[in-house]
Amino acid sequence: MDWSAFRLSLELAFWTCGLLLPVGILVGRALAWRTFPGKVFVEALIALPLVLPPTVLGFYLLIGFGKASWAGQAYEAVIGEPLVFSFAGLVIASMIFNLPFVVQPMQRAFAAVDPTIREAAWCCGLSRWRAFLRIEAPLAWPGILSALVLTFAHTLGEFGVVLMVGGNIPDETRTVAIAIYDRVQAFDDQAAGAMAAVLLLFSFAAIGLVNLLSLRVGRRHA
Amino acid sequence: MPDGASGALKVVLAQSAPIPLDARLEAAPGQLLALVGPSGAGKSTILRTIAGLIRTRQGRIECAGAVWFDAAAGLFEPPQRRRVGYVFQNYALFPHLSALDNVAIAVGTAARPKLRAGELLALVHLDGLEHRRPAELSGGQQQRVAVARALARDPAVLLLDEPFSAVDQVTRRKLHRELAQLRRQLNLPIVLVTHDLEEAAGLADRMCILHHGHTLQSGAPAEVMNRPASAEVARLVDLPNVFDGEVVAHDAALRRTHLRWRGRTLEALHAPAFESGARVTWVIPAAGIVLHRRDRPSRGERENPIAGIVGECLRLGEMTAVTQFVDGNGATKLAFSIPSHVADRNGIAPGAGITVSLLSEAIHLMSRERSTAASERREADED
Repeated sequence: MDWSAFRLSLELAFWTCGLLLPVGILVGRALAWRTFPGKVFVEALIALPLVLPPTVLGFYLLIGFGKASWAGQAYEAVIGEPLVFSFAGLVIASMIFNLPFVVQPMQRAFAAVDPTIREAAWCCGLSRWRAFLRIEAPLAWPGILSALVLTFAHTLGEFGVVLMVGGNIPDETRTVAIAIYDRVQAFDDQAAGAMAAVLLLFSFAAIGLVNLLSLRVGRRHA
Repeated sequence: MPDGASGALKVVLAQSAPIPLDARLEAAPGQLLALVGPSGAGKSTILRTIAGLIRTRQGRIECAGAVWFDAAAGLFEPPQRRRVGYVFQNYALFPHLSALDNVAIAVGTAARPKLRAGELLALVHLDGLEHRRPAELSGGQQQRVAVARALARDPAVLLLDEPFSAVDQVTRRKLHRELAQLRRQLNLPIVLVTHDLEEAAGLADRMCILHHGHTLQSGAPAEVMNRPASAEVARLVDLPNVFDGEVVAHDAALRRTHLRWRGRTLEALHAPAFESGARVTWVIPAAGIVLHRRDRPSRGERENPIAGIVGECLRLGEMTAVTQFVDGNGATKLAFSIPSHVADRNGIAPGAGITVSLLSEAIHLMSRERSTAASERREADED
C-alpha cells in the first residue's frame, strides 16, 4: 500500500475542491440566471472534459503548460520551477478537467431557486451579498455540496490527465490511480488490489452521498 | 390632495420598449389604489418598477418625499434602498425559513428582530404558527406571512401583486376583510394589482384602469365603473351596454340632455360638454336598467321606456342575466341582471315581450373620438 500516493491524491482533491468552490458558484450562478451572447458556447466549453479522452485533454494541457508555452514560461519566471510534472501543474490540470463536475450541479442548484425569491430578498432590504448568504446559498447548498463530493471523488480516480501532465514522480505527482497502475506493471497485484478496493469503497460512498443530497433537494422542492 | 412630503406615492413612467408603458398614478397615505386591467396590461411591471426591480427608460417615482427614480436626473435607487413592502403574486416566501424568520430577516438590523417579527405575525393573526415553514402553511396563511414580511421593513408604500389569486373563495373573502381592517392601522399608500373588478371596487378608494401599459382612467371605483372615460374603459370594466348616439338638445333647467338613438329620443344626465348634433358614444351600467314589472307598475316607467323581446335569459343562482333584443332583432342588445324570483314572477323567458326603463341619471356620454371601437363602427357605416 502506497500511503504517500493516497496522501497526495487527497491533497490534490482538497486543493481542487477548495479552488473550484468559488469558481463553481460564480460560474454556475451566472449560467443559471443570466443570458448573454455566447452562453451556449461557454456551456459547451465547460462540458468538454466530460467527453474528451483524458489523454487528449492531458496532451493539450502538457503543451499549454510546457516550457515552450507562455503560461509555462510565465510560471517558471515567477516561481522558479516548471509547471509540468509538478504538484501545482497537477492542481491546475485537475481544476480544468473537473470544471463540468463542479459547475453543472451548481448551475442546476441555482436554477432551481425561484428568481422571485431573490427579488423578494432584495425587496426585504437584503443586500446582494446577504441575499446570497441567507437565501440563495442555503437553498442551493445540497447542489453545491454534491458538486464538491463528485469533484473530490473524480479527482481521486483521475488517471489519464494526471499521467500526461504530472507523470509518475513519487511524493510529487504519483497519485493513487497512478500508483495502482505502477503496481500492476510491477506484478504487485496485492498492493494494487488493496488500493483499488479503497478507491472503490470511497467512490461508492461518494455517489451514495450525492444521491442522498439530491433526494433532500427533491423533498424541499416538492 | 396631500403633497409628496406627507407620504404620497407619485409615479410617472414612459417607455416604448421592451414593454410599452405610459403610466401615471398617485396614491395618498391611507389610500388604496387598485391597478386593474387584463392579463398582460402591465400591472405587475408597474409594481416591479416602483420596487426598483425594473428600470424604465423615462419616468419618475417619488414616495414619502424621497425620489426613488428620476430618469432625467439619472437617479435610480436599488430595491434595497426603497422602503417598499412587496407582497408577490405567489408570495415568494423563503422556503427554508420559518414564518418568524421570514419576517425577522426583513426587519433588518433593528434590535431584537424576532420580537418585532412576532408582533407583525400577531398583527396578521398568525401567532402560534411562527415556527412553521411556508410549505406547512395554507395558502391564506402564506399570504399573511407575506404581508407581515412586507410590513417588516416599515415601508413607505405597500405593493400587493394579486395577493388573493392563489387562495380559495372563502379564504379570499376573509383576507379581503382582514386587508380592509389592516389598512385602517397603516397610514401609507397601498397599491393593489388585480384583474378582479369586484375586488377592486370593494377594496379600493381609487381605481386605475390599465391597458397595454397605458393608464386610461383613474378615479373612485364607482366613478370609473359607471362613468368610463372611453368605450375602451367601458369594455375593460365589463360594461356591456355601449352604443352610439347623437346629442339633440340640452335642457339645463331640468339638467337633461336629449340623445337620439335608433329613432328614439332618450333623456340623459345633463352633459353640456357635448354640443347639439355631436355624435357620441354612450353607456349605461346594468344597474341603470330597470325592468317594468307586470305585477307592480310604477311611475318611473315613463323614463326612457324601451320595448323589446327577451333574447337570452341565463340563471346564475340568485340572479338572472337577461339580454333584451331592442327593435325585435339581435343587432341591438341591452344586458342587465334581475333577481331570479323577479324573472320567474314576470315570466322572463326567451321570446317574451318586455319593457325596461333606462334611468336618465345612469346614461353616461363619452366623446366618440376617444373610442376605437366606436370609430371602427363608424368607418364600417360609412363604407
